[in-house]
Amino acid sequence: MTLEITTARPESALLDLPWSTPLEEWPESYLAALPRGISRHVVRFVKLGPRVLAVKEIKDDIADREYAMLRNLRRLDVPSVEPFGVVHGRTAADGEPLDACLITRHLQFSLPYRALYSQNLRPDTAVRLMDALAVLLVRLHLEGFWWGDVSLSNTLFRRDAGAFAAYLVDAETGELHARLSDGQREHDLDIARVNIAGELMDLAAGGFLEEHADPFEVSASVIERYHTLWNALTGTERFEVGDRWRVDERIRRLNELGFDVDELSMTTDIGGTEIVITPKVVDAGHHSRRLLRLTGLDVGENQARRLLNDLDAYAAATDRQGDDEEIVAHDWLAKIYEPVTRAVPRELTGRLEPAEIFHEVLEHRWYMSERAGHDTPIEDALRDYVATVLPAKPEEKAVLGVDTEEMPVISRFD
Amino acid sequence: MATVTFDNATRQYPGNPIPSVDKLNIEIADGEFLVLVGPSGCGKSTSLRMLAGLEEVNGGRILIGDRDVTNLSPKDRDVAMVFQNYALYPHMTVADNMGFALKIAGVDKAEIRKRVEEAAKILDLTPYLDRKPKALSGGQRQRVAMGRAIVRSPQVFLMDEPLSNLDAKLRVQTRTQIASLQRRLGVTTVYVTHDQVEAMTMGDRVAVLKDGILQQCDSPRRMYDHPANVFVAGFIGSPAMNLMEVPVTDGGVDLHGHTVPVAREDLANVGKNVTLGVRPEDLELSSDQSGIPVTVDVVEELGADAYIYGSTEQKLLEATGENAGAVPFIARVDGRRPPEKGDKIYLKPKSGHVHVFNAESGLRVGD
Repeated sequence: MTLEITTARPESALLDLPWSTPLEEWPESYLAALPRGISRHVVRFVKLGPRVLAVKEIKDDIADREYAMLRNLRRLDVPSVEPFGVVHGRTAADGEPLDACLITRHLQFSLPYRALYSQNLRPDTAVRLMDALAVLLVRLHLEGFWWGDVSLSNTLFRRDAGAFAAYLVDAETGELHARLSDGQREHDLDIARVNIAGELMDLAAGGFLEEHADPFEVSASVIERYHTLWNALTGTERFEVGDRWRVDERIRRLNELGFDVDELSMTTDIGGTEIVITPKVVDAGHHSRRLLRLTGLDVGENQARRLLNDLDAYAAATDRQGDDEEIVAHDWLAKIYEPVTRAVPRELTGRLEPAEIFHEVLEHRWYMSERAGHDTPIEDALRDYVATVLPAKPEEKAVLGVDTEEMPVISRFD
Repeated sequence: MATVTFDNATRQYPGNPIPSVDKLNIEIADGEFLVLVGPSGCGKSTSLRMLAGLEEVNGGRILIGDRDVTNLSPKDRDVAMVFQNYALYPHMTVADNMGFALKIAGVDKAEIRKRVEEAAKILDLTPYLDRKPKALSGGQRQRVAMGRAIVRSPQVFLMDEPLSNLDAKLRVQTRTQIASLQRRLGVTTVYVTHDQVEAMTMGDRVAVLKDGILQQCDSPRRMYDHPANVFVAGFIGSPAMNLMEVPVTDGGVDLHGHTVPVAREDLANVGKNVTLGVRPEDLELSSDQSGIPVTVDVVEELGADAYIYGSTEQKLLEATGENAGAVPFIARVDGRRPPEKGDKIYLKPKSGHVHVFNAESGLRVGD
């Protein structure tokens, strides 16, 4: 059989990887790190030039399906890992055919939940992780994606201005529909409830979970948060014709939650005294899109919110609120944002993403100002942050690990 | 445990002119293992999901026992999708791995332990209950995963292509395990597959679907011996049944001068031609050059038997499903004296072993 590599970015170095060896036996020299856990399938991280790739060995048709699914999800702008390619036609030295490999790009600065739990978690961090997962699930469901295997293991987390943003890692069981039925959404939530509780119980059994954290409560909180958000985004509202301000109010509320309203249905009852509004199409990324348009910076939703606030503050402080927003943004980028992010010594750039560092510097300035009782210039805050805070942070650019410490159930028979 | 009834159940997606499942009627007995099978897009998975509560039902009803579940949410239906997520947790004992979902559901500790122990007995896992999954073999781990579904003691098990990501050998082993486990538990089970061999070996009954319409629902034996129409005839059985269009004559149908007897009353209203089906094992070599002339292209020797794949002037109907595209004439012959490649042979159906279908409607004619 001939080796067949399908990829959106042809890269000849791919050919140098030892495809005729079962993934489990790849020599360490190719590997960026060994996975920590045992995943359902064999997964390895390899270094290819400047980037790290995750390689997963699975059946040919499943590999194709997942590759196509991940590409669709990227197209829909859903936070998910980036598919890199599929390798078919692998043959071992003895002529035995080997399973296909699905290749995805490692998501920089992402953290598996086990890595987060192995650090000293602030009590509210667990809550923020669950919030992030609920947001991801709502976004997936809005696009008609039924996940089928919602779990912490199948999710990666990125820091997002003190909160987290969740990314889908595994789309193997997923299905894309035009619209999800309530039953499908319920089923996903049910799977989430069981899997998350199971994963947290496992952490507890391994001694990684703080004693006061109750796996059931935590997993139930995801569902609760999901419902709140889902209702806020899709729920129908009725009010008197005179209360038309409530239309704008609804849109503003959705914007605050980080969503844009692309389509809103508005109907009146027969008498014309009541208005009924239902958002039909909502799009995540309200703040990040605005920041991208103004500055070209592509960052997390909360980071964008934070940066936009600082931009507003800059406009106010420089008395330029009436000026063209794009020009002010350009100046802010050149005079504030870039000097801060560029001032980070090279050896510390792998600790946090630039936007996250900027967010932390702003936080740091706030604390310093509070302590001093007066405003601290950002230059001072930056100097102090780089000297005292950042060096103590762990390197997070490439935290690898499959971290689904789960066992292959259907692997081989005795 | 319970019966399951699809009562004119229909699912039509918005914007799609044709229903994905059209007026499905099946009554599944308590404890029965029913397999839904058909080519992709036939509606088998949709039917299962309608039962699970994952697809809206646009028409008709679905009952579990006497309860109309048509509009209930998945978790209120007391059904369990098996193998959906079969992750095991390494720090938890085998017993906890099996029982933790019950804990979430609020079942009390003593009851959980009781159900886990019962399931462990059935699954031969009793000695391992207090160990960690790491200590188990692959097969045992898989049984733990099955245990997770069993301890929930649902009224119905639902399985959607659970073996699709296994290689051929594992598939056969797991197939046997699931079938024997289901029989021991006696829980009503609905199982979806595209593989007719899987369907025929596992199901008490098999329901064949095509284009959202139920073609036939019968025991594997009955389905094999009495396919209700040309589609089922071509779909069930491997290698596939030979299907050909032949003229009707006095007292039967004509096969190159050889008259295959068919009851006169059955042929009363069928027109000039019918579709004749003969399974490869129901053919015999003719000594007098009557019957279907076949030129042997390939001989597949299997020891006691041999299959010959040949070509014939006789026009053959294309087979369906996974047999699609397989249009050679296939016959099973004595493996000790098979014809050779290139030979011209004459084949006749064994008496009473033909299937006759209306050439227009495709429906079976006679018994």
